[in-house]
Amino acid sequence: MSTPYAKLPGWVEYGLIPLINLAVAFLVAGLVVLLVGENPFEAAYHLINGAFGRGEYIGFTLYYATTFIFTGLAVAVAFHAGLFNIGGEGQAYVGGIGVALACLWLDQVMPWYVVFPLAILGSAFFGALWAFLPGWLQARRGSHIVITTIMFNFIASSLMVYLLTRVLKPLGSMAPQTRTFAEGGQLPKLDWLLSIFGLNVGTAPFNISFLLALAAAFGVWVLIWRTRLGYEMRTMGHSPSAARYAGIRESRITVIAMMISGGLAGMMALNPIMGEQFRMQLDFVQGAGFVGIAVALMGRSHPGGIIPAAILFGVLYQGGAEIAFEMPSISRDMIVIIQGLVILFAGALENMFRPAITRAFAMRGQRTAAVVQTKGA
Amino acid sequence: MDNIAIELRGIDKSFGPVHANKDINLKVRKGTIHGIIGENGAGKSTLMSILYGFYQADNGEILVDGKPVSIRDPNTAISVGIGMVHQHFMLVENFTVLENVMLGAEDSQILNKGIAKARQELKRLEKEYALEVNPDALIEELPVGLQQRVEILKALYRRADILILDEPTGVLTPAEADHLFRILGQLKAQGKTIILITHKLREIMAITDEVSVMRRGEMVATRTTRETSVEELAELMVGRRVLLRVEKGEASPGDVKLAVQGLTVKDSRGVTMVDDVSFEVRAGEIVGIAGVAGNGQSELLEAIAGIRKATSGTVLLNGRSVDVTGHRDPAELRARGLAHVPEDRHHVGLVLKFEESENAILGYHNDPRYLKGVFLDIDAIRKDAEEKIAKYDIRPPNARLKTANFSGGNQQKIVLAREMERGPDVLIIGQPTRGVDVGAIEFIHKRIIEMRDQGKAVLLVSVELDEIRSLSDRILVMFAGRVVGERSPEATEGELGLLMAGVEGRKEAAE
Repeated sequence: MSTPYAKLPGWVEYGLIPLINLAVAFLVAGLVVLLVGENPFEAAYHLINGAFGRGEYIGFTLYYATTFIFTGLAVAVAFHAGLFNIGGEGQAYVGGIGVALACLWLDQVMPWYVVFPLAILGSAFFGALWAFLPGWLQARRGSHIVITTIMFNFIASSLMVYLLTRVLKPLGSMAPQTRTFAEGGQLPKLDWLLSIFGLNVGTAPFNISFLLALAAAFGVWVLIWRTRLGYEMRTMGHSPSAARYAGIRESRITVIAMMISGGLAGMMALNPIMGEQFRMQLDFVQGAGFVGIAVALMGRSHPGGIIPAAILFGVLYQGGAEIAFEMPSISRDMIVIIQGLVILFAGALENMFRPAITRAFAMRGQRTAAVVQTKGA
Repeated sequence: MDNIAIELRGIDKSFGPVHANKDINLKVRKGTIHGIIGENGAGKSTLMSILYGFYQADNGEILVDGKPVSIRDPNTAISVGIGMVHQHFMLVENFTVLENVMLGAEDSQILNKGIAKARQELKRLEKEYALEVNPDALIEELPVGLQQRVEILKALYRRADILILDEPTGVLTPAEADHLFRILGQLKAQGKTIILITHKLREIMAITDEVSVMRRGEMVATRTTRETSVEELAELMVGRRVLLRVEKGEASPGDVKLAVQGLTVKDSRGVTMVDDVSFEVRAGEIVGIAGVAGNGQSELLEAIAGIRKATSGTVLLNGRSVDVTGHRDPAELRARGLAHVPEDRHHVGLVLKFEESENAILGYHNDPRYLKGVFLDIDAIRKDAEEKIAKYDIRPPNARLKTANFSGGNQQKIVLAREMERGPDVLIIGQPTRGVDVGAIEFIHKRIIEMRDQGKAVLLVSVELDEIRSLSDRILVMFAGRVVGERSPEATEGELGLLMAGVEGRKEAAE
């Protein structure tokens, strides 16, 4: 008999286990809050209230979630092909060039719905380009993608500093950023979406790229589970030897999967650049590329899991900022610790409670299993 | 009561909904060889893993020498005198025999004392059980049979009184297997108790005193070996009558479909794995390649299938040459009429995490039948899979079930259905029945002969000599990368065994 295979019902696998992990993460986070002498319940209140208390807060939460959906999908796509793309940060950063170029070129003469598609293409192109190089290096030279993508994050950072201080900065300005875009470079807010629920988006930069993120999530699902390319990617991701046997070319899939991954990461740049700041600033990605790794991990690399995971991290960002604001003794770094705990329990220690839960269900399921087996015989 | 070495009472174990062991009762008498047989997935390995502390039983108790014990992990198993020889050896390749034997039982931080003690103890064990091995030889330089002996020594060094051997002869030549049986006899004579897990009925008949049969997680029968027969055991295992002999008519070979000329394969370190091998396979015949595992058969198959690069040589498929040394494309070979059932279905032939239907198109996923533009035609794929499931009696008949949840035999049927239903001209098959239960073996053998009778050229590699002998029309024996002889299937096992061990072959090559 090969390794015993325990199958849990879907709601346990995808509902109960993540919830338990999350609960434990918050429990430990609560202890940390207690440790610095604050009331964890108050912190929890500010977290929830800060993320959902008002239409504006929800707008911010979803604004952050939009960013994380893109970077989470990026990591997931590469992961299905067995590639660990740590370079989402740099790819998103470089993707900004595409957005900025489209906006700087056409924002004064064209409406947003003309500029937006071009910006999408531009961001995806530059993001894909930045992922193509590590992908190609792995396919051709065997340079490991984890190493090269990390290095490319640093190269991206230097490149962007150069571009924003020398090339894209308007003459006479002291700030390392592009000029502010005219109306054509500004995405409309989704105030109507929130007003359906009687909420007011207020100053939150919740914009139309959220819908693009949802469309991208659907697109990724179709790509992975409904196309030949996705099939080849999954084959390679699960078993490179089976892929070789099936005549699937590893180098080709590596490069393509990395480019799709980079393209998705690049599209993240649309949200802050065209949706919030209306200009490209230094360091606009702010770690979202790395958060994407946690989001993909927690969402099990499935779009249906990535969206809620991205929203959860949106809550942590928005609600966390609120905690830091309302409870001065809890600094921004504390929020990072809490986020880290969520990643730790939901991602890295994902299997911690699984054996116990599996056992519990095995006991419960024994009678039904016996019935099934007698029927089968 | 006194002469029971180990007793299991009501052992029960489930993995989720899979009930691997149901209320197992077993008594093994002291100083006997007790065989445990059963189809793949019958629960033998689970039971032994419980005995050795890898798993905990949900229910039931284990008694050693009449005393209830709780075996929480392999260490407690060792402390109550249970030792295990695994199917896949747990040896450190670049350690010496001595170092391997004392690994985990060093006794102190400073090794000198331990080494001296271990050396002495090894000498004693050697003498007592006729288990000669050079204590200073490196494991990687020892043949498989000796490596296994080291595993046995390891268990004895830890003062095991009860030895569990899991499929011990899978990697041995017939001669090595005979030697192992002599050693087991010796151990028995010294009062050790041996539990032998195997699926080879012949071995059970040859050396065990008693035999217990498992089926679907249950212990269905225990027999005294002298009073039972191969037929009865097979029937108990499968639950119905099985045909142990393969029935096949005369072969009527036609044109040469696959011609291999001077094929040489080197591995990444430059070691020659396949050495100047030439042969032909004609339409309507089965050519079997016999040999002990690791003598180049795997590499030969892979080179022909376009998965592994050959260093030199030519391969003609349907009269047209295949670029085995340069650009290799398995997909193109498939299109040209080559089907390949790989030796390792878990890592090569299947993606275990895929649904059954997804595996049913692996390698053929570029076929327009399964596609709508760039999209997979899920309906067509599932329908196709369901047809194959029905035709090959794959159980459970569920095209959407994860492949890992099928038994070994059914997984193999998934691969066979995929490769055979294409109507290839040439079929190359590696280890068609490895880890496959008796019922499925019968089915698979019939299919292979059917393919031959339909005029396909079949190249078969198997380490099961019985299988090679009963299926092949011609037998090639490989040793150390070379084809050392060709025999008819009527050749005796002894004759083939000598060739497989490289004894006869050297003489023949010299002549």
